[in-house]
Amino acid sequence: QKVSVEVLDHLEHLALVDFRDSEGVERLQKAIQFADQLLEVNTDGVEPMDSVLEDRWCLYLREDDVTEGNCTKELLENAREKVEEYFVAPPGNIPLSKLEERETFLQGS
Amino acid sequence: AALKDGLYSQVSAALKEGRVTPTELCQRCLALIKSTKFLNAYITVAEETALKQAEESEERYKRGQPLGVLDGIPIAVKDNFNTAGIETTCASNMLKGYISPYNATVVQKLLDHGAVLLGKTNLDEFAMGSGSTDGVFGPVRNPWSYSKQYKEKSIPKSHSEDEESNWVITGGSSGGSAAAVSSFTCFAALGSDTGGSTRNPAAHCGVVGLKPTYGLISRHGLIPLVNSMDVPGILTRCVDDAAVLLGSLAGHDPKDSTTIQDDFKPFELPNLTDVSKLSIGIPKEYHAPGLSSEILALWSKAADLFKNAGAKVVEVSLPHTRYSIVCYHVLCTAEVASNMARFDGLEYGHRSDMKDSTESMYAATRREGFNDVVRGRILSGNYFLLKQNYEKYFVKAQKVRRLIANDFVKVFRSGVDVLLTPTTLSDAAPYTEFIQEDNRTRSAQDDVLTQAANMAGLPAINVPTALSERGLPVGLQFIGRSFQEKQLLTVAKWFEKQVQFPVIQLEEIKRHDSGVLQHQKSASFS
Repeated sequence: QKVSVEVLDHLEHLALVDFRDSEGVERLQKAIQFADQLLEVNTDGVEPMDSVLEDRWCLYLREDDVTEGNCTKELLENAREKVEEYFVAPPGNIPLSKLEERETFLQGS
Repeated sequence: AALKDGLYSQVSAALKEGRVTPTELCQRCLALIKSTKFLNAYITVAEETALKQAEESEERYKRGQPLGVLDGIPIAVKDNFNTAGIETTCASNMLKGYISPYNATVVQKLLDHGAVLLGKTNLDEFAMGSGSTDGVFGPVRNPWSYSKQYKEKSIPKSHSEDEESNWVITGGSSGGSAAAVSSFTCFAALGSDTGGSTRNPAAHCGVVGLKPTYGLISRHGLIPLVNSMDVPGILTRCVDDAAVLLGSLAGHDPKDSTTIQDDFKPFELPNLTDVSKLSIGIPKEYHAPGLSSEILALWSKAADLFKNAGAKVVEVSLPHTRYSIVCYHVLCTAEVASNMARFDGLEYGHRSDMKDSTESMYAATRREGFNDVVRGRILSGNYFLLKQNYEKYFVKAQKVRRLIANDFVKVFRSGVDVLLTPTTLSDAAPYTEFIQEDNRTRSAQDDVLTQAANMAGLPAINVPTALSERGLPVGLQFIGRSFQEKQLLTVAKWFEKQVQFPVIQLEEIKRHDSGVLQHQKSASFS
């Protein structure tokens, strides 16, 4: 049962990562096949486990005290494009092009 | 002091007594790193800062005020831990040139104890892999490839062909760290362990690899792969040293809310002589398909060793073992899909020149920055997290995870103290053979014995046991109860003493080490 091109395209949009070639698509197919083995396991009445530390109430809320920060200069150093204290991004609100218009391996499919 | 000495027992004493200085130790290690460059264990060697740290340590020793056992000790850190002022790449194009603005908590702790940070070690890209072959800086070579023990057992070919094509992998993903410790360029190294990434290369490189209980050591600053399973790993040449490292690293960190709040007390390992009160469990499902007959025999021999010494050795069952790797595959890719979303080129790391839109810039950056393995896992993870798949795969895997964790709870509740299993299916494969299968297949095969411990969050340790017929290291794994590292390491130390794993015989070491090589006189385990 192959994954449809629509789903593959959807995944490229969600992940913002490309399949690159047929090997990439095959890789996904094999991964799904592999994961399907899970369906054999009887999990009736079993609760999903988020964390092995669930019994220990690890995730606590601390007091809203500022303990560190003021490191704008250090944090900006690793950014390639910046203006004053801003990270600069290309225009937003422009969705990734549709399948037909963008350069993707999936186009031929 | 020889480079091959154990930290705790010998080097530390030598430093205190002035028989060797931190600077000398540091220089020797740096020189050895240079002459073993062909191993490709290090991505970055922080020579200047290391020497400076060594000098500062020397001052402290002169004043009679060393910070502790780790003061002046050269260590290496896997390149997925943030190290202030030093490039942290995760062996990926995505982070080439990225200079960390801060130290990971574990790095800071080591530095606070006076350790000397020699450099960052090589790994599979973003710690995804079981060979340390898939990073952008190339594969790591197992030092044992160049050992007398391996060469003696190799089928003689022409000399040049022998060296170049016969070398074996380190295992992964913390291969650089394992190779660094194994080749004596440092006394201990940090790795990370999500599915076996510390224990696997430890087994192949003949060193001790400890995966602590999840929640014991801070992950702050460890670039995350799977938040619910990642732990910093400790690689050393003997179990006592692992206990020393653990002592300096464990404990609650307010910057990592997944660390437990309980007080951690560093401990010294007792010299266990009486094992009669010990109950060792042998999980039958760990006799996995593909387990080499050699390792099976060694495992059996080890069980007998405990039995003959008076311990109770029982066969136990962890029925969901064979689903562990599948479960891991789903949970891992799902968390990876989320964790890798931070790499968009805006704040750090590689940024594409694409300027049309934010999304197209992100897509181009990620296309350029990530290798096939990483991209593959992100896409798989996103698939399992799709609305139509969420219950079927992700939640299902979380349920199976509980079943796996419960298997262990049941066994430990039945009175078993520690489990004994193989660490890997076989000894290290030659590189040319290893790369014939893709990363995902390899990981699925190689992680089978190690990753259930990550599922359940349990502590586990690889102890080098014997040499294989090919002259390569084979290790066995002990899995302990949650937060019972002291018991786990005590048993491991007893076992280590029984097996007397041989010292690697490397030409390069002989040249650099003015100490007398101590040959293991007692009969080796195999």
